[in-house]
Amino acid sequence: MTRASRRHPDGAALATSALAGDRQATARLLTLVENGHSQGHIALAALYPRAGQAHVIGFTGSTGAGKSTLVSEVARELRSRGERVAIVAVDPTSPYSGGALLGDRLRMHDLVNDPGIFIRSMASRGHPGGMARATRDVITVLDALGVPVILVETVGAGQAQVEVARVAHTVVLVEAPGMGDDVQALKAGLMEIADIVVVNKADRPEARQTLQAIRSARLRGRFTEHERLGNAHPAADSITPGWLVPILETSALQHTGVADLVDAARAHREYLVSTTLWESLRADQAKADVEDWLDQKLRALAHERLGEARLMQQRPWCRTSSPS
Amino acid sequence: MTEIIRVLIAKPGLDGHDRGAKVVARALRDAGMEVIYTGLRQTPAMVAEAALQEDVDVVGLSILSGAHMALVPRIMEELQQRGLADLPVFLGGIIPRDDVAALQALGVSAVFGPGTESQTIISYIQNAVRGDPA
Repeated sequence: MTRASRRHPDGAALATSALAGDRQATARLLTLVENGHSQGHIALAALYPRAGQAHVIGFTGSTGAGKSTLVSEVARELRSRGERVAIVAVDPTSPYSGGALLGDRLRMHDLVNDPGIFIRSMASRGHPGGMARATRDVITVLDALGVPVILVETVGAGQAQVEVARVAHTVVLVEAPGMGDDVQALKAGLMEIADIVVVNKADRPEARQTLQAIRSARLRGRFTEHERLGNAHPAADSITPGWLVPILETSALQHTGVADLVDAARAHREYLVSTTLWESLRADQAKADVEDWLDQKLRALAHERLGEARLMQQRPWCRTSSPS
Repeated sequence: MTEIIRVLIAKPGLDGHDRGAKVVARALRDAGMEVIYTGLRQTPAMVAEAALQEDVDVVGLSILSGAHMALVPRIMEELQQRGLADLPVFLGGIIPRDDVAALQALGVSAVFGPGTESQTIISYIQNAVRGDPA
């Protein structure tokens, strides 16, 4: 592929080249999909049936918790186990200029020269929830291309940015020490969607306290209940019914705990597969894809119609003066 | 459908002076572009690989170490190897005037020294992307 083909991209041809291992075609395809280009839709349609194999692991948590560094450590661990990895890192778009500064590669330096790793930065482009609207489609492309593990890093998320749960099989909540007391850990939102909770920066002195606050908050609610009921009635807030959320410590800086995190993510994947939740998750996500698409279409239609109606009200002459 | 300009701002080589690169990155962000900032100490292969994976429209290099005549040819070579020979590349930092012609011969499309208005860089990028031969 040459850059000259940027002006008139061919989605089907790009999909074929990408499947043959052309990294530039892959990158170009991701742009088309991200931009909602019609050729991107054509490529997606061709690739969609091949998707569904990859293990998508989402990383969320507040800004500065160390998500990028941890994601890069996890990628390195997976590479050492012989897995190819893709990283999709989302950063926020400015609501004022529409521009964005995508700085996640900054923490992923030593991964860049590895041909088994593909890193793609995405701007949220005004989409709420810690993801970009097209993040799912980007994941679908990488999945269809046969990447077995896809790590998705959300925008440094606030408490309610839970959309990652809709795109990832396994959600890792990254917490840093000193970010709040046990009441924070009891609040609804991010905590509820986690399949694995990680206290990162475990080399910090306050880490122990944070770990304990999270453990006690979680144990009192969900797990004891789980155990009492013998898992027959999974807690209502559980995103993965019957799964006991491991609470781990990592230090991306000292490279500790990362292997345990990867093991836990693997265990979660196996749990999903063994309980057929993997299948139902895929069905849910497909449903969400259709809903998203409908939502976009209907919204556009409503805007169009509303605009027309408003125009009619404010400028009644438009109605009469239109040529019969 | 949206077409947003994607720019890679990279700092190849060993100097640690990233203020300029950050100021430019921020100005481009404020001009509505998506800026992928790689951070310090990038090898030529890392710069080219990031440009490829991120499918950027233009690459900006910031070099203040004086090593531009060593780094730029290698970066252009790495880009070429990845089929990105016609990707517009611009350069900023401390670049002696005498070197500019040689850099342009290597394929650098613009060199911006200290004191350049950010609007000059923004306009250059907008033109370089729009003027991309079809």
